[in-house]
Amino acid sequence: MNGRRVVISGLGPVTPIGIGAPAFWDALLEARSGIRRLQAFDPMRFESQVGGEIPSLSVADYVHKGYRKAAKIMARDIVLAVAAAHQAVSDAGLRTRCLLERGEAEGGFPVDSTRFGANIGAGLICADLPELAEALYGASEEGRFSFARWGNEAMNNLTPLWLLKFLPNMLACHVTIVHDAQGPSNTITCGEASSHLAIGEGYRTVARGAADVCICGGAESKTNPMALLRQMLGQRLSRRNDAPEKACRPFAADRDGTVVSEGGGLVILEALEHAQRRGARIYGELVGFGAAQDAYSAAQPSDPHPEGRGVALAVRKALDDAGIPPQRVDMVATAACGLVAHDRAEAVGLRGVLGDGTAATRAMNVKAALGNNGAGSGAIDFIAAVLAVYHGAIPPAFNSSPLDPACDLNVVTAGPVDAGMEYALSTAYALGGGQNAALVIRRFRG
Amino acid sequence: MNRRVVITGMGWVTPLGHDLDGVWKRLLAGESGVAPTTIFDARTFPTQFAAEVKDFDLRSFLGPHYEQHRACSRNVGFGLAAAEMAWRHAGLNGRPDVAPEMVGVYLGGGEGPIDFDNFVAAAIGGWDPVKRELDARRWAEIAAARLTAAREFEQDPNSAACHIACRFNAQGPNFNTLTACAASTQALGEAATLIRRGDADVMISGGAHSMIHPLGVTGFNRLTALSTRNDSCLTASRPFDRTRDGFVLGEGAGILILEELECARRRGARILAEITGYGSTADAFRVTDMHEDGRGATGAMQGAMTDAGVGPRDIDYISAHGTGTAENDKVETLAIRKVFGEHASHVPVSSVKSMLGHLIAGAGAVELITCVLAIRDQILPPTTNYQEPDPNCDLDYVPNQARPAKVRTCLSNSFGFGGQNDTLIVRAFE
Repeated sequence: MNGRRVVISGLGPVTPIGIGAPAFWDALLEARSGIRRLQAFDPMRFESQVGGEIPSLSVADYVHKGYRKAAKIMARDIVLAVAAAHQAVSDAGLRTRCLLERGEAEGGFPVDSTRFGANIGAGLICADLPELAEALYGASEEGRFSFARWGNEAMNNLTPLWLLKFLPNMLACHVTIVHDAQGPSNTITCGEASSHLAIGEGYRTVARGAADVCICGGAESKTNPMALLRQMLGQRLSRRNDAPEKACRPFAADRDGTVVSEGGGLVILEALEHAQRRGARIYGELVGFGAAQDAYSAAQPSDPHPEGRGVALAVRKALDDAGIPPQRVDMVATAACGLVAHDRAEAVGLRGVLGDGTAATRAMNVKAALGNNGAGSGAIDFIAAVLAVYHGAIPPAFNSSPLDPACDLNVVTAGPVDAGMEYALSTAYALGGGQNAALVIRRFRG
Repeated sequence: MNRRVVITGMGWVTPLGHDLDGVWKRLLAGESGVAPTTIFDARTFPTQFAAEVKDFDLRSFLGPHYEQHRACSRNVGFGLAAAEMAWRHAGLNGRPDVAPEMVGVYLGGGEGPIDFDNFVAAAIGGWDPVKRELDARRWAEIAAARLTAAREFEQDPNSAACHIACRFNAQGPNFNTLTACAASTQALGEAATLIRRGDADVMISGGAHSMIHPLGVTGFNRLTALSTRNDSCLTASRPFDRTRDGFVLGEGAGILILEELECARRRGARILAEITGYGSTADAFRVTDMHEDGRGATGAMQGAMTDAGVGPRDIDYISAHGTGTAENDKVETLAIRKVFGEHASHVPVSSVKSMLGHLIAGAGAVELITCVLAIRDQILPPTTNYQEPDPNCDLDYVPNQARPAKVRTCLSNSFGFGGQNDTLIVRAFE
């Protein structure tokens, strides 16, 4: 990769097992699960009734006082992104409008707003079902929807700004407003690949000099009835309702689907010289990015290419970009979330690239604790990978044993294990749509 | 060593038709694609008209490939058809002389329309009017019985990018951006950067969207963003006119084939124009309003001009975002004045949204195509329905009549809700 060197200087995970990098990392090392029976609504009539929720998340804790009222027009996905942004910016020691007004910017470095970009992955944000259902009910006549009643009166029961709650780019919009990031700004909507694609693009933006600092990642909530139902219709969910903590079993021989979740993560990417000038803590260096498409089946867009063609191509491109052969990869942070076909395709694709080195390359997976939230999952995986490289330890994939022989990777299933690493790879792919992405992290050595 | 990015193919599906030159002729003639809404019963909505795509038959575009894509949603169908057109236009059909790994897709694709009847049946059936809460059990039973996986997942915004990649075996980088009304301009700009840096040789890029569905129109009506001129819908879209009262919702797609110059030359492709500049900013101001000084819009235009290495006098035409809302047109005018200074009055600016309505995520790509055609034919499309000058909008808007002009370099603006601003610069290929 030509251009400026780019480092990771701030981490903002918002997850069912912890908010902020220290809490999140501790929970991973302790192999704590965030999966419980769903509380936000009664899941009794859903085939899957468990998930990873984040209770008591309040916008007020993450924005300046003058911005609190905007919470009214934030879907849950946006709240998650705003919380993640606060964590990332604080963790990086930056001084932004929000932190200044909250009195949290002491010693922080003032970023040039026009050199501060954003690239945030988002999902198809689900409408707030109770809000919309109540309004639609107001347009019903004998149980049927009446366009006349809707147009004449009932639609007015929706708040004027209703639409703005659900536009995917509102994650980035609120985040850029709260932290005054006026630089290049983008929103990627490619399912579970969104965060990696956003981080990869943010990396390019900083590398080519269009911004000095970029806040990147993604967030989504699937712990609502509509999202749960969609995953259920897609036959993506585990039925292990009696054992929530054991339900999500990536690569395990007896896996039977994933579980829904909510969360997200934003990271601060920064030009190396910018980070060094301000004396930032550097978690690691981003040295490679690759993206690819399965281009497998338009008729069945949720089927992965059986040989993991897209995963393999994205990984090859990322390694080329980093200028290293596959043997140099010490660890691969996998995206698998417990689906039978997808986990296998990822493992086969990775084996295809790693070849003889597969057994020597440790594989990490944190989905057992977190489930799948969609667009934010990749950012959480990526943050876990960065922390693993930074701390030299790999947390256990505690539900992955015994491994499926068809997923023949060197998965760390017990531990944590100490592991000094130079290069780590992080993968992601959309469960439907065929998008794949890979990022290469290098231990920072100055 | 700089890789140059050229345009070698274009296709669109618009409210004024589905063929490249036919639509262009209609735009130059000042025709309107607006009519009373037929997609759903809008007779009691505040806005009862839209710029719908008419007589669209995906099968006629895809031929034998149709079966693979038959389940796709309306917006995805528009995107596929426009991509098919662009792919052929670029002479890529049946010529697999570009490695699939180096062919990517970067779309500004919108979400698909929801499965309205079934969604509403579940919502109404699941609502408990006594407790005033959603009965999640009842809702789940109805929804599980009525909604289908295929219809649901086709709504995902990455769906069009997937279908297009499958159709053309594009295994390279695959993205969808959804920055509201700026999406396809952003997609094209990002796709161009991707080629420049060597991540792909060919990118299928642009956007597709349809928000002409009950909840889409409801959302915009609640925002009071749409024109409500129900008695004269043909002339309702009035960008920059003093009497403008909101935008007119359109639908459709615009897809362009972007290609690295040497790749295009190697295969003897016809080169239509070159993308030379891209700028992207965030207002970081308010979710609802543009920054009153046009801060972000100014930054996007300046960024694109710096990227292209051009100054105000080099720009022969501006394809405006020009939605026809009171605020956008005023702020965009102000921003153009700031960027172009004294020269602003001498740069023709027009908005084809006056004829096509606002294709939301698809708008920018369709507008970039008009820029390329303006360069090809040396003529500017008009801003129609322009009758009364607004003192806040005092530029040359090419009112009502297409205008022959010397056109070498065009600038195209797109601004999204929430303050996302993107600008592209396209130039005659030399």
